[in-house]
Amino acid sequence: MTTSTSPAAAAVDPEAYLQVRDLKVQFPTEDGLVRAVDGVTFSVRRGQTLGIVGESGSGKSVTSMSILGLHNPARTKITGEISIGGKNIVGMKEEQIQRLRGKDVAMIFQDPLSALHPYYKVGAQIAEAYKVHHPSASKKEAATRAVDMLGRVGIPQPQRRANQYPHEFSGGMRQRAMIAMALVNDPALLIADEPTTALDVTVQAQILELLEDLQREFHSAIIMITHDLGVVSQVADDVLVMYGGRPVETGTVEQIMKRPQHPYTWGLLASVPSLHGDASVDLVPIKGNPPSLINLPTGCAFNPRCRYAGQNGNRSFSEVPELRPAGEPGHNVACHMSFETRQRLYAEDIAHAGVAQ
Amino acid sequence: MTDLADSAASTATTTTPGREPLLKVEGLTKHFPVRSGLWGKGSVVRAVENVNFEVKPGETLGLVGESGCGKTTTGRMLVRLLEPTSGKITFEGEDITHTKGNRLRKLRQDIQIIFQDPYASLNPRHTVGRIVAMPLQVNGIDPPGGVKKRVQELLETVGLNPEHYNRYPHEFSGGQRQRIGIARALALKPKLIVADEPVSALDVSIQAQVVNLLRQLQRDLGLSFVFIAHDLAVVRHFCERIAVMYLGRMVEVGTREQIYENPAHPYTRALLSAVPDVTKLGGHGRIKLEGDVPSPIDPPSGCVFHTRCWKAQEKCSAEAPALVPVQNGSIAACHFPESGEVV
Repeated sequence: MTTSTSPAAAAVDPEAYLQVRDLKVQFPTEDGLVRAVDGVTFSVRRGQTLGIVGESGSGKSVTSMSILGLHNPARTKITGEISIGGKNIVGMKEEQIQRLRGKDVAMIFQDPLSALHPYYKVGAQIAEAYKVHHPSASKKEAATRAVDMLGRVGIPQPQRRANQYPHEFSGGMRQRAMIAMALVNDPALLIADEPTTALDVTVQAQILELLEDLQREFHSAIIMITHDLGVVSQVADDVLVMYGGRPVETGTVEQIMKRPQHPYTWGLLASVPSLHGDASVDLVPIKGNPPSLINLPTGCAFNPRCRYAGQNGNRSFSEVPELRPAGEPGHNVACHMSFETRQRLYAEDIAHAGVAQ
Repeated sequence: MTDLADSAASTATTTTPGREPLLKVEGLTKHFPVRSGLWGKGSVVRAVENVNFEVKPGETLGLVGESGCGKTTTGRMLVRLLEPTSGKITFEGEDITHTKGNRLRKLRQDIQIIFQDPYASLNPRHTVGRIVAMPLQVNGIDPPGGVKKRVQELLETVGLNPEHYNRYPHEFSGGQRQRIGIARALALKPKLIVADEPVSALDVSIQAQVVNLLRQLQRDLGLSFVFIAHDLAVVRHFCERIAVMYLGRMVEVGTREQIYENPAHPYTRALLSAVPDVTKLGGHGRIKLEGDVPSPIDPPSGCVFHTRCWKAQEKCSAEAPALVPVQNGSIAACHFPESGEVV
């Protein structure tokens, strides 16, 4: 009991538009209880971008789905608090959440081909998203708004494009159409779940730039969920690194990328080959595989893959580390090692490999 | 005296194995016929158009480009999974462009492929032992010590537990499955491996494990690789020489230093600048390419990149540039090549 209920130490910004406190999402299954998210605390202000980083199964997508209230309440146990513009949506009725979803919070999915309906014209789908939250708007108004949005996200000839079907769009254009749909109601919070993973780098650069421009224009808060550290370093102001459903490190993008403190973050940075520096230096991968969320390792969930798990006697195997200040203000890390030990190990083992060099 | 000369000659050939290319590709072209609508007019997708390159023994060549640039089609033609429309593929001095039957089976012992999707490329109903042993059985090879021993050795080489011999693919994670695919490719002791996006379906930490494994195998076994990928950082890490493709054509070929530090083709520059760089926070200095890649059914006239190139002039839409040596030492197909280091 003492190890599993540990509210994270990261402070919640009281002025932030989105405040998530000690969020836990659990799915009871035949094989056992899946603790997909196990105590996450973070906040995002309007005009700011939070990057959530982690591998498959780290709980990043489940976190974002719960902010949209997309989990089936009959099969999901959600505790904690998700406050959107001052309203806590945990335990809220579905009808109330529907009023928020799409209007205050919107989402961009990874795969625009499966997120757009193949049978309806792109313009009609965007107009529908508008009509849902503006019931008094006429069909014509909604259609005009859709064309307007397509133009805003940089689709040439929006009038003609609105009358086409998703399959007539290229991958990058489809993602733009998705963004247009997400932004049609001027949401204050935009969640982008791997928005550029399916795209080529040149198109990815266009989409990231578009999101930045739109954020400046609409002053919205953005949560960028990705496994790509490169994308995070381009767009995020703050970063949350998740592992096994728990936050392991939080801080500004500069703190996480330039002065990372958690061995998992080190592992990620030393695993990614760089465009600069010595290409003959081997990468330093993280050994093993991500853990099962049904049967997390006891103590620090990262301990079976951590090279330094033995550093603290038995603590890594028996005690779940809490997020604690990691030196600089705003920088928190969940690791048993002391600040001095981490500094030394980083300089010795990590600083020369991958993009950490 | 003659002895001395002989030994000098032989050392010369052993120290410079780069003399004779292992694989030579000339004018390789692949067109896929398509038809729009039931009675529509037939047209062709020009997937690969007049591609030339060489791979020397022990060399790693990277093929990079965006989706639809023809890199996978090229790879599949090399292992003869696709029949080229025209052009010539030479392997160890032998024309293999249209090899058939027994000779093709023999050839495939020397050229193997690793696929992108570790979920789709392994038969779910076969045990790992059977999957890895398949190339040996198909070719009627009976290794010393028996098939099982050889398979277990292979599993060990790629970092899997030999005791996993009797397990099924679904019992393994993505990274482990990719290792099984690699073990299968190594079974016949190939000279050349075509690796088609071998790590792009894997998580970052697992990706590094597999990249390190491939690098180690390349060093230990002296394998040649044609490494197809869209991730420029992975390619830089793995390949000594890189060929950049755009719309079915090769636009620049050069060494790692030439391509990454001093690229000559505007497309190579744009591609590099578009890669989100962890070492630089906040996106700046990106070259923004307008629009999408044109359709390979109806490619632009002249230089196919001219519709998106910021340097394009009249000549570019009229005349297709040839791949010629340029200032940085690479070869590039551009009328107005860039010079100077990238920042």
